[in-house]
Amino acid sequence: MSSEDKIVLIDEKGRRIDGRGPEDLRPIRMEIGVLKNADGSAYVEQGGTKVIAAVYGPREVHPRHLAFPDRAAIRCRYHMAPFSTSERKSPAPSRREIELSKVIREALESVVFTQLYPRTVIDIFIEVLQADGGTRCAGLTAASLALADAGIPIRDLIAAVAVGKIDGVLVLDINETEDEHCEADMPMAMAPSFNEIVLLQLNGVLSPEETSKAIELGKKGIMKIYELQKETLKKKYELSTRRSQVVT
Amino acid sequence: MLIPKIKKKSILSMLEKDLRLDGRSPNQYRDISVHVGVIEKAEGSALAKIGNTVALVGIKVGVGTPFPDLPDQGVLAVNAEFVPLAFPTFEPGPPDENAVELARIIDRSLRELDVVDLKKMTIIPGEKVYIIWLDIYVLDHDGNLTDACMLASMAALLNTKVPKAEADDRGFIKLNKDEATPLLVNRRVVIVSIGKVGGKLIVDPNLEEEQVLEAKLSISIGDNGVVAGMQKTGLSSFTQEEVEKAVEIASDKSKELFAVIDEALKKPSSLWEALRDNG
Repeated sequence: MSSEDKIVLIDEKGRRIDGRGPEDLRPIRMEIGVLKNADGSAYVEQGGTKVIAAVYGPREVHPRHLAFPDRAAIRCRYHMAPFSTSERKSPAPSRREIELSKVIREALESVVFTQLYPRTVIDIFIEVLQADGGTRCAGLTAASLALADAGIPIRDLIAAVAVGKIDGVLVLDINETEDEHCEADMPMAMAPSFNEIVLLQLNGVLSPEETSKAIELGKKGIMKIYELQKETLKKKYELSTRRSQVVT
Repeated sequence: MLIPKIKKKSILSMLEKDLRLDGRSPNQYRDISVHVGVIEKAEGSALAKIGNTVALVGIKVGVGTPFPDLPDQGVLAVNAEFVPLAFPTFEPGPPDENAVELARIIDRSLRELDVVDLKKMTIIPGEKVYIIWLDIYVLDHDGNLTDACMLASMAALLNTKVPKAEADDRGFIKLNKDEATPLLVNRRVVIVSIGKVGGKLIVDPNLEEEQVLEAKLSISIGDNGVVAGMQKTGLSSFTQEEVEKAVEIASDKSKELFAVIDEALKKPSSLWEALRDNG
């Protein structure tokens, strides 16, 4: 960014452009089972970012040579709707979407008990319906909920958040404007119960000390998102048991 | 997807008594809900549900060059994506023949009635015009995608605000979202799809019924009562009498769909509400 179009991302009181403090998440809400055909689905809103994820499987693999004899294959597509961005995005997958699909798949694969379903495939589809920063993270948060909704055995949920460095300050959960002008953007995802970092990318420059601090900050956000994920799952379970009690 | 022969039998035998498996009468739509303004970042948007079928439409407005044979008109581009979340056999990749057919049916219905006033969408005649990208996203497929996608498309157009085009000092055209005016919509149009099974006509066939349909006729009806497009699909045929009967039913049912759009336009909604609304 050249200096002439530099915008103030943090004011003198330490408030960010949307009024948050450096360690605040944006408002998040999530729901599972939003789609009927998919075996599992979830919708996640994080500030202006809106993503929907669906899981199909375990199911038969086509073409068959993609199957593994000892475990399930996992396929993942992260895709952005043409109307999700400021300028219309072509629906054909971009290099960015292909890369993100890969790192998201690897993150999710680390928690799925794939060996339980040899010779099958689990398909995970993530659609970004509105992009306002942190879409891969919201996508991962949603996809792991969709896996749980599909009843696929997983070691843990995955919660994700992006940490950024703006105007020299480390901040949690950057939005699109912050992302465009930031000095560093570090998306990370964890299997929180195991303290495992399953996705980590950095775009920008941080000192080694800042890197540790950024991960610390990310962890804090991830634990909050993790709690919301568990609440979302429990809420659905409680409602369905209550409903079945009325019926019987 | 194959449905067991036994189900086909029960669908047919119930239709003898003018009943359908889900309890509807032959001319009855499933529950319909439409929400507008669900994607704030898009210039226009709507989510339509017909039963468990869910269609999301987002409209982006951009600047481009006009078609050489229509230098004084804006451009409307309709595209449909059957995203793989929606159905087990929808696959990633470019739109297949069904998605292209659907987009073209909707495109023709909009064009024939001049639903969007493209002549008023020029910026510099012959050089720069507005491009309206209408992108249809099928999120859940439970039959009758045509009607749901048309409903969402029409509602999204009526929800669209066109940003003001401004030239900067170097002559580049920029769009100013802070100064936007509603898209000029001349007319409204909806599609009513009518299936034929066992010689009977049924409105709004669901997925289960679509599997046993002999043929289907999708009829576009304008708010001035005209028939603005038709598409017959399926392997079997219609007689002239059946087509006439179908047009009569479609004209009648179109009023319900226009009323749903009117209701939806009263207030902008959110995707959160729209996804949770089951009619």
